[in-house]
Amino acid sequence: MTTTEETRAPIGFGRMHRKEDARFVRGRGLYVDDVNLTGMLHGAVLRSPHAHARIVSLDTSAAEAHPKVKAVITGATLEGLNLAWMPTLSGDVQAVLATDKVRFQGQEVAFVVADDRYAARDALELIDVDYEVLPPVVDATRALAEDAPVIRDDLDGKRDNHIFDWEAGDAARTDEVFARADVVSAQDILYPRVHPAPMETCGAVADMDPVTGKLTVWTTTQAPHAHRTLYALVAGLPEHKIRVISPDIGGGFGNKVGIYPGYVCAVVGSIVTGKPVKWVEDRSENLMSTSFARDYHMHGEIAATREGRILGVRVRVLADHGAFNGTAQPTKFPAGFFSVFTGSYDLEAAHCAVTGVYTNKAPGGVAYACSFRITEAVYLVERLVDVLAYDLGIDPAELRMRNLLRPEQFPYLSKTGWEYDSGDYPKALAMAMDLAGYPDLRAEQERRRRTGEGPLTGIGVSFFTEAVGAGPRKHMDILGLGMADGAELRVHPTGKAVLRLSCQSQGQGHETTFAQIVAEELGIPPDDVEVVHGDTDQTPFGLGTYGSRSTPVSGGATAVVARRVRERAKLVASAMLEVSPDDLEWEKGRWFVQGDPDAGKTIAEIALAAHSDLELPEGVEGHLDATCVYNPPNLTYPFGAYICVVDVDPDTGQVRVRTFVAVDDCGVRINPMIVEGQVHGGLAEGVGMALMQVMAFDEDGNHLGGSFMDYLVPTSMECPSWELGQTVTPSPHHPIGAKGIGESATVGSPAAVVNAVLDALKPYGVRHADMPLTPAAVWRALQNRPIRPDLAIT
Amino acid sequence: MEITVTVNEQPYTRDVEPRLLLVHFLRDELRLTGTHWGCDTSNCGACVVWLDEVPVKSCTVLAVMADGHRVRTVEGLAGPDGLDPVQQGFTECHGLQCGFCTPGMMLTARWLIDHNPDPSEADIREAISGQLCRCTGYDNIVKSVRWAAEHDTAEAAAPRQASVGSEEVSA
Repeated sequence: MTTTEETRAPIGFGRMHRKEDARFVRGRGLYVDDVNLTGMLHGAVLRSPHAHARIVSLDTSAAEAHPKVKAVITGATLEGLNLAWMPTLSGDVQAVLATDKVRFQGQEVAFVVADDRYAARDALELIDVDYEVLPPVVDATRALAEDAPVIRDDLDGKRDNHIFDWEAGDAARTDEVFARADVVSAQDILYPRVHPAPMETCGAVADMDPVTGKLTVWTTTQAPHAHRTLYALVAGLPEHKIRVISPDIGGGFGNKVGIYPGYVCAVVGSIVTGKPVKWVEDRSENLMSTSFARDYHMHGEIAATREGRILGVRVRVLADHGAFNGTAQPTKFPAGFFSVFTGSYDLEAAHCAVTGVYTNKAPGGVAYACSFRITEAVYLVERLVDVLAYDLGIDPAELRMRNLLRPEQFPYLSKTGWEYDSGDYPKALAMAMDLAGYPDLRAEQERRRRTGEGPLTGIGVSFFTEAVGAGPRKHMDILGLGMADGAELRVHPTGKAVLRLSCQSQGQGHETTFAQIVAEELGIPPDDVEVVHGDTDQTPFGLGTYGSRSTPVSGGATAVVARRVRERAKLVASAMLEVSPDDLEWEKGRWFVQGDPDAGKTIAEIALAAHSDLELPEGVEGHLDATCVYNPPNLTYPFGAYICVVDVDPDTGQVRVRTFVAVDDCGVRINPMIVEGQVHGGLAEGVGMALMQVMAFDEDGNHLGGSFMDYLVPTSMECPSWELGQTVTPSPHHPIGAKGIGESATVGSPAAVVNAVLDALKPYGVRHADMPLTPAAVWRALQNRPIRPDLAIT
Repeated sequence: MEITVTVNEQPYTRDVEPRLLLVHFLRDELRLTGTHWGCDTSNCGACVVWLDEVPVKSCTVLAVMADGHRVRTVEGLAGPDGLDPVQQGFTECHGLQCGFCTPGMMLTARWLIDHNPDPSEADIREAISGQLCRCTGYDNIVKSVRWAAEHDTAEAAAPRQASVGSEEVSA
């Protein structure tokens, strides 16, 4: 690649190198574990070895006697502070440190604060816990059995493991549609428990200043402002005395949305010792105790005419939420946005019923680039469409093409109540088929099937519609905090600007993208715009970065705040030019007098004047700045068409992803390079989930994916070179027509890979097998003896 | 015990516990935090540094094993004339997002190009196969390394521009 016009910094949208790379390629990022404060102590968490056990006794005396130990904190210590339990993001409570029972393997039991990280770990070995082991609930499908052990006996009157029932759509109408359908295809589909596993694990450095009473927490958070409010609520600390700093974050993917017990322990550790306390979990702790994703046991049905006209979808879900209901999602959506499961199709009716249950596993559920459970929804409907194609003997791409929403149907109100903003679905699918050479692929497959030459070829198609960018506030909140985000923009006298944002980057390149939005709106170079984020003392309030909401929400805020600055600039320019504002016209970077283009003032000139002794028009305050709280009118609905081609070795079950074509439409692309990078990453995640990643448990509730030796994420060897395409259908309600992109590929790609593998296995009469399609799983599917990937119970 | 390790051509003498891992020696003792730690099992490669001339996972090397040896970290990748072509390549080709795996990836890439100045895509994929990235899907990392290889000889001879922001980097 050579440096061309394209790769230089554009005044506005376009490809440009990332501003943040300069520090990262020099090893000068600042991640939480890089924070080093004077006198800082180190914390470590003692965790339960059992999935379900009563704590009979806990003896910390030997640990306390360790010469380097400064404090040992237990559930009893926290009970004295009324901190043993904390609220979860779903209105449940979660033990910070266990007091009565442990409810999953890896649950937090005690916290040691010591001089260094090695001593803290040593002291964990000196804590003596006597457990009375209880039978665990491991299989979600057994959680509601009469004889199932009750996990949450801490809750008043709780006698079962039921959390909630929730439904969406019209059950009666759906049943009616199903009754008159020619064909109903049904399938049990498991989206197994997986983990986002960002490269950087979770951690915090807490520093309570005993003199000022100010608490500073450097922490791995995707939502620093929400965390600050939660710390205030959990610990009873005054919110204005809390500063949450989310420095450089080594990947989030939803893993860093919630507050974990370790963070609270670090805060308590700092309060108790009067020193800063660092706690950074290790990889096993990350995989075993922090927010998992999915674990949806689905029974889906799809109704259609004989000709392949899809009429309806009906689904029942058993949702395994683990030991505490700690999913992170808008309050009114206990199953997240799962009800987008009607997907990209023009149906007559749809209905879903979701039941959430407790099991003896880690809490979480909404994490991992899922757009609040749209991963599960898209996977379900895209598998069902393929199952229907299998049953009807129709090509899966053709079946989709026949049923996709048409461009003239937008804005489209879905049968479960979502208003899709814009789209041209057939165009995207046609482009993907064209890029993949679909007819040739089918011909090659046919030839191989006929001759038996080479590996089995599979071609998998998926089409997804996402719903990202939560709020609006009216419909969406987390613990009562409305989902809106703030932005502040100040143009300094020399024309250089500072943009302050409530959202937080975990690698998405916000410092570049958001500078480009300001550049586009004000016509100043993006290098002249400094983006400040991730520090609650320096940025306006907002709900943060997850669910692909930064561009839809904070991007909207940035455009609006820049336009406000531009309007202020117009008034200042009118004073400078001594003309009426009505006589001024905007071109990128300057206001000029209509009919006299030479009489104009640039933003930099206007900025200086705005700070000068120039007499400004009545009602115009000096300076050049603005603020905005952006309350999105609707979600944005990115979409895409994916085609995956795999080769499967029938003798070993080994799957190789040969090619992957992804056509994404996320509306207007601010920095196409960054957008493509987001897609690449999500595609790899999809390959990982489809073929490798799963957190299985044995019958005692032992976590069998507690390290990267057991929880396999894709390497460079499993990933192909991605082939991308794009269509651009702007969002009609977003200030710059952009939609979210961060999670599209993670949402859309697993179905494409799974559909491809199952397409390869079609001659063997295999209609469905659950992820991950490891060699063992493929082998068993070929034998028509499918395995349940989430359990290792014989 | 007392050890002397030459890191990025500067000798450091420290008294350390025999069990101290090299990654923690670099990060906690020397405050060279560009080397990251990502797993306990030598799977992720966020901690890759050079021990003498070979990339190693510094989470599975004891600091005392580096006594009397040379270590090269990301902080020692840039030369006096500016960034290494590998660092430029990662910027040019968007080979990083969160930046956590990047130092380890770049050190492996530097080693690969030193030993194979014209690596194929397969060579590059194999070289980095012991290292994980959760953001990029690897494609742009492969392209970054390829870019570095293509610009290595010329770049190494000529002074390099230090700036890799959004400004023009090099042609």
